[in-house]
Amino acid sequence: MKIPQISIFVSNRPGRLHAVCQSLADADINLLSLTLADNGEFGLIRIIVSHPEKAVEILSKAGIVATVTEVLACEVSALKGGLAKLLNTPAGTLQIDYMYAYPTCNDKDIAVMILRFREPDEAIMLLQKAGVKILGRKDLLEE
Amino acid sequence: MRKCSWNDQSGLFLPEMSLDYTPIKKLKQVQLQRLQATVCLAYQNVPLFRSRLDEKKLKPADIKTLEDIRLIPFSMKKDLRDTYPYGLFAVDMKEVVRLHASSGTTGKPIVVGYTQEDMDVWDQVVKRGLLATGYTSADIVQNFYGYGLFTGGLGIHGGLEALGATVIPVSGGNTERQVMIMKDFEVTAIAGTPSYFLRIIDVADKMGVDLRTLKIKRGLFGAEPWSDGMRDYIEERAGIKAFDIYGLSEIIGPGVGCECEHQNGIHIFEDHFYPEIIDPETLEPLPDGEEGELVISTLSKQAMPILRYRTRDITAIESTACPCGRTIRRIRKIGRRSDDMFIIRGVNVFPSQIETALLRAEKSLPHYQIVLDRKNHLDTAEVKVEVSREMLSDNMSDMDALSKRFSHSIEQILGVSVLVTLCEPGSLPRSEGKAKRVIDKRTQGGSL
Repeated sequence: MKIPQISIFVSNRPGRLHAVCQSLADADINLLSLTLADNGEFGLIRIIVSHPEKAVEILSKAGIVATVTEVLACEVSALKGGLAKLLNTPAGTLQIDYMYAYPTCNDKDIAVMILRFREPDEAIMLLQKAGVKILGRKDLLEE
Repeated sequence: MRKCSWNDQSGLFLPEMSLDYTPIKKLKQVQLQRLQATVCLAYQNVPLFRSRLDEKKLKPADIKTLEDIRLIPFSMKKDLRDTYPYGLFAVDMKEVVRLHASSGTTGKPIVVGYTQEDMDVWDQVVKRGLLATGYTSADIVQNFYGYGLFTGGLGIHGGLEALGATVIPVSGGNTERQVMIMKDFEVTAIAGTPSYFLRIIDVADKMGVDLRTLKIKRGLFGAEPWSDGMRDYIEERAGIKAFDIYGLSEIIGPGVGCECEHQNGIHIFEDHFYPEIIDPETLEPLPDGEEGELVISTLSKQAMPILRYRTRDITAIESTACPCGRTIRRIRKIGRRSDDMFIIRGVNVFPSQIETALLRAEKSLPHYQIVLDRKNHLDTAEVKVEVSREMLSDNMSDMDALSKRFSHSIEQILGVSVLVTLCEPGSLPRSEGKAKRVIDKRTQGGSL
């Protein structure tokens, strides 16, 4: 139910993002999503990949620091008010460290949001109670 | 405790001014007498010096000539650390009237103590420096050296009071107020670190105050190495004469030596501090005129006599006559140091202190590098820290907190603020497995 997301520390210098992507590509690992948070000096690349365990190993061999964080992938309506509705559930009152949209290519008016809750287990309980669909690793690969 | 005073012998204690001009023969006689008393004091009351001399089968009575000082083993900063806090004190604490401290490598500072007699000597040597550079009791002096445990502020302060000048104990910081005081209080002379004065010059500029139009005539600068290029710049921009005062806490603080009006070397007050130059590799004494490491023995210190202290400062002794007529010898302006210590905004820093600070903040030692630079004429220190897997958090605010934790810890140990930059592992250069810990851009290109 929880999705392993890999966070990678990179200095804010030209070519660093390429170095990360190339080492994953060389290992036949597919990027499913990528977001970048930065503070001007350095960045945190957050990726969801086809083979997370292997990715961590590859990155560490390449001397790149990475850590695995568990995030939740939730389905929301892609129509107006979809995300607001999710955040209007009791889970929306929990601490969310960050969130971003997961790229999908379906035609079902459904969007997928990746959420990093401070308390993921409590979030799962509340989300499920509110009827929100939480996707697993396998679901994401099929999106 | 038995007292071995440097000025017991009546007739040998001369008024503070005359010693600058004492005929060399007489000066040497005073030095020998005081050296013998100092060795006796250190041998009898400081276990470290006693065991060092015993190892060499040396007794205080074996010091028969000034040249015999070469028989005495060297002492170093490490000795102060190893005996922290009071291990080198030669008198009872009830005799000690003042403590000062400077940063040490283990996070513990180095502690120095003064008896009232030491305080009087300190005031007098600083006063002699002030007199040599033209300060008078009519001067209104703004002292922007830091006041506190650092010997700079209070050391200069004591000399100024002894001289009878009007002291403004403004200490460092609040640069706009410094400029305002200089102007409003009709300051005629200043004292402080040269890099901070460069900052004052800039801020005065921004405030539309032309320092050249103020009443300031001269400034005494020290606590960090500064070039002749910087002197030219200061003199030009502020319309003053800038003089170098030399000292180190381990010996007494500022006032070990000072330039005279001719600005051609730092006169060492060698009736109180005996200078030698050694080859830092072979430790062999070098003749006057040859460049090497400055070694100083105190000749009158009571609370903490130090024998043959290796200052790590590289200079040469000039024994040629100075036009001012002072017979006490000079050392050349200090350009570099023989160890890895660096000075940032007047504070001595060792890379190992940064290590201690990083360890304390994170419990694991990351690879790091220190980059020193000078921005807007103020020393800056950037500590680049490689992020390890253990330190990495997926949360940006945690990473910012990590960086703050490092800088806070460094600031706590050093007493100066530094910029901490987190960087990728392996991104800092290493050569032959050994890190180049300090990159000093201040000494690369340009005289400022």
